[in-house]
Amino acid sequence: MISVKNVRKTFGDKQVLNGLNLEIPRGETLVIMGPSGCGKSVLLKIVTGLMAADSGEIWFDGTEISKLKAKKLNVIRRKIGMLFQSAALFDSMTVAENVAFMLDQHENLSPQETRKIVDEKLSLVDLDGIREMRPAELSGGMRKRVGLARALAFNPEVILYDEPTTGLDPITCTEINHLIRDLHEKLQVTSVVVTHDMQSAFSVATRIAMIHEGKQIASGSPAEILKIDDPILQQFILFGAPDQILNMENPILKEFIRREA
Amino acid sequence: MNQQSSTHESSGGLSLFLKTRLQHTLSELGQAFTLFFQTLVQIFRPPFQFDLLIKQLLLIGFNSLSVVIVSGFFTGMVLGVQGYIQLKPYAVEGSVARFVCVSVVKELGPMITAFVLAGRIGASITAELSTMKVTEQIDALEVMGTNPVKYLVVPRFLACAIMLPTLTIFSTFAGIGGGFVAVVSLFDVNGHFFLLEVQRNLFIASVLVSLIKATSFGMAIAAVGCYKGFSISTAGGAEGVGTATTGSAVISLITILILDFVLNHILFNILGFV
Repeated sequence: MISVKNVRKTFGDKQVLNGLNLEIPRGETLVIMGPSGCGKSVLLKIVTGLMAADSGEIWFDGTEISKLKAKKLNVIRRKIGMLFQSAALFDSMTVAENVAFMLDQHENLSPQETRKIVDEKLSLVDLDGIREMRPAELSGGMRKRVGLARALAFNPEVILYDEPTTGLDPITCTEINHLIRDLHEKLQVTSVVVTHDMQSAFSVATRIAMIHEGKQIASGSPAEILKIDDPILQQFILFGAPDQILNMENPILKEFIRREA
Repeated sequence: MNQQSSTHESSGGLSLFLKTRLQHTLSELGQAFTLFFQTLVQIFRPPFQFDLLIKQLLLIGFNSLSVVIVSGFFTGMVLGVQGYIQLKPYAVEGSVARFVCVSVVKELGPMITAFVLAGRIGASITAELSTMKVTEQIDALEVMGTNPVKYLVVPRFLACAIMLPTLTIFSTFAGIGGGFVAVVSLFDVNGHFFLLEVQRNLFIASVLVSLIKATSFGMAIAAVGCYKGFSISTAGGAEGVGTATTGSAVISLITILILDFVLNHILFNILGFV
């Protein structure tokens, strides 16, 4: 569904993406993990056309989108929902107005129809009864949920999550992880989750891709990724993965833990 | 020898600094003009979002009305007092009404209004847009297929271009009123004579000049305010918002002064307005 082909991006002297290749098939929940500053969020910005790559191609459903004009790109963007790291809710609007924003901008619906969709999307993220609240009145977790409801408003084919659990307490993190899984199961959407939170990665992923120094160094299902003998990957997992995963029978990881000890 | 090489190094450093500054300024100017032209293009592209325009018209116009009238009134009073004192030694104090009227209509009416709005509205536009940029709200707009220039800049640009001349009319009347009150109450000038002199010296061409200037100042304030708001990087944070806001007010004021000189030259010298 989405193909990232040999994408490069440099900021000043720093090469953030160095010939990155990724394939994201329809219906998959791909978790892209990697250390801070490795270019995960930059990749999402390039995929959504917010930032241009220095070179390389981005394909969405058979269309090369990196060179599309704004009008055609906006048509593709309507198939993509994005949850921003800070939720990026419009603070001058109520929750309902935030969720209804895309419908108001791109659809000619009656107020009753819009209201019905807004209520439905808020219900999907377990937030009933907060329509008239302002973003400033919401907790961090609620803001993320409203951001997600807004991303779902136009029934996207793909949802991009930029660090969905950053800045949240462990209980809210778990709730957000469950929500991502539930939405994937209920709506059958393709999901791309960018995170360095191992708990979140192993909780939601059907496949994990590890980025290091601007390149993909490993990819596979959560079970497969634990067996890959790569010191950077193993170190990343060792210091971040939840205990129940580390306690699994995995000779490579056990050997790595023994060496580190 | 050492002193010579250190002088060379410092002059090399200075020229590199100046070169970098020049490149930076030219690049900023280029980006500002790109945003300005994008705005002009987007004004004429549907959909036309009148609700956003009306909201900005009220925010910019109605909320600034009292401060513009008060500023205009006291400027007129100062002009009246100073004009009378300066003209009296030459026994032409009767011309004070003409002095107040011409100064306020052609110059101070639009200028005072623009200065008030640059500080009040220009800075607030920058603060609002830069906060939206830092909190990724502008990225969110784009991802949702909405053009941020169309949605955020166009209503503010049009509202400033419409409200500046409108407020200038109020400020001009307040200025003439202020001059009238000061001169009639403080000096032995006949009120009826003052008003008659104002009527004699108030030309349609002068009012037109005032409105052309005000519209241009309004467009400049909105363009600078929006550009400074958009130009901040997402990583700029609260400090970046503060710097952008201060920068916006300063650049707006300087732009207004430069624009005023250019417009005076074009309108009075080249086109022959009186």
